[in-house]
Amino acid sequence: MTDVLGLFNYWIVIVLMMTGFYIVIARHNLIKKLIGLSVFQVSVFLLYITIGVVDGGTAPIVAEGYEVYSNPLTSVLILTAIVVGVATIALGLALVVRIQEEYGTIEEDEIQAQDHKA
Amino acid sequence: MKNHVILRIVTKLLIPYILLYAFYVQWHGDFGPGGGFQAGVIFAAGIMLYGLIFGLQAAESAIRPRLVQSGVALGLLLYIGVGIASMLLGGGFLDYDALGHDGQHHGILLVETGVFITVASVMITIFYSFAELIRRQ
Amino acid sequence: MSGEQLIDIVLLALLASTAIAIARLRNLLATAMLTGIFSLLGACWMLFLDAPDVAFTEAAVGAGMSTILILATLCVVNAEEKPSRESPIALVAVLLTGGVLVYGTLDMPSYGDREAPATTNPITRIYLDSANAPVEHEEGHAAGSDPGDGFAVGIPNTVTTVLASFRGYDTMGETAVIFTAGLGVLMVLAGARHRRPDPSKEIDLKPGDEGPSA
Repeated sequence: MTDVLGLFNYWIVIVLMMTGFYIVIARHNLIKKLIGLSVFQVSVFLLYITIGVVDGGTAPIVAEGYEVYSNPLTSVLILTAIVVGVATIALGLALVVRIQEEYGTIEEDEIQAQDHKA
Repeated sequence: MKNHVILRIVTKLLIPYILLYAFYVQWHGDFGPGGGFQAGVIFAAGIMLYGLIFGLQAAESAIRPRLVQSGVALGLLLYIGVGIASMLLGGGFLDYDALGHDGQHHGILLVETGVFITVASVMITIFYSFAELIRRQ
Repeated sequence: MSGEQLIDIVLLALLASTAIAIARLRNLLATAMLTGIFSLLGACWMLFLDAPDVAFTEAAVGAGMSTILILATLCVVNAEEKPSRESPIALVAVLLTGGVLVYGTLDMPSYGDREAPATTNPITRIYLDSANAPVEHEEGHAAGSDPGDGFAVGIPNTVTTVLASFRGYDTMGETAVIFTAGLGVLMVLAGARHRRPDPSKEIDLKPGDEGPSA
């Protein structure tokens, strides 16, 4: 029973991940896709942080009176990933603005139709 | 936004503390949660708040676009400069022990400053680019 | 159940419902707001998982920066999502991937396990011990840390030490990625003109009014 409870966190995070994944592949609006990508990214971060948690531990900042600390390495990896994620989203949104100027629309099927006609 | 008196006055009160908090997070990143990335984003958030409430013109005259554009490169230059300096002083690339006594501490501080400058400048530059588009409409 | 487990379940429920709402809503403004809320809830949960540095960054970046960028794009693009049919292929792909991932987690250690490989690895001990004050050396000691020192740096925040010292190359690469993204946005948006000029709405631009890339 403890095993199911112990894995419960991972499964909820996987549900979040799959929701984001679904938004990316099933929705046609480009901004919606980028939002779905952002949701996917946040859930991946949550998965990683969950791996580094230690029972009864505290944040990995060494202080008097605490013996058990959580893993600092997972925090470091995710710090990098968060900022890279926002850089990606910013660049994606800039491209969406330019696409809107060139095609007049940001729906993926309409853009592809215009491309096939040309 | 300029006509909303409450927003204007509260923003004027808050922005100095936001910028000060960004510097606090930067320099106290050694003793508590914090560091270059958080500080850079908080600093940029303060400037973006100023731009949203008082207009892009006011924000751009306070923090000039040319300045932030050079800041984008300066931060990365500082980071790599620390690495090359430690190479010139006898160690490997980014080997902080070559920077002298207490080298690790100084190296980490300089490197985090470089990260802060780049992150803040990039966030402000992206905000200016998007806001210019809205202004041109 | 204990207070911690209650917070855990409530936060997870809120996260899941926000994610599903983001998928279902068609109004892009509401979706942008919900994305900000999702990031903030994610930051709350990260704080609950003993990672304050990450929670800090996620709140500032996800709930602040990302939301403003999406809103700015919506202001420029001015679109509403058209209704799209639910795609069964996408649903099947998503369920398949989810199933495979859940099957993969069956091998993973339990949440918070003290015997987990991530915790018992010797490198974790080295990272946490780096917060000890460095041993003083006599004059004339060669540059470069003595392996016998145990890599003591003396900074209490081990995340900063690992980020800036142990994994300095990664942080340099990441700063380069942010630099490239800023450069990319400048280049993509420098050539952006305003939308079809509307002669009925003349905007009086002051002379010398140019974009940031002037």
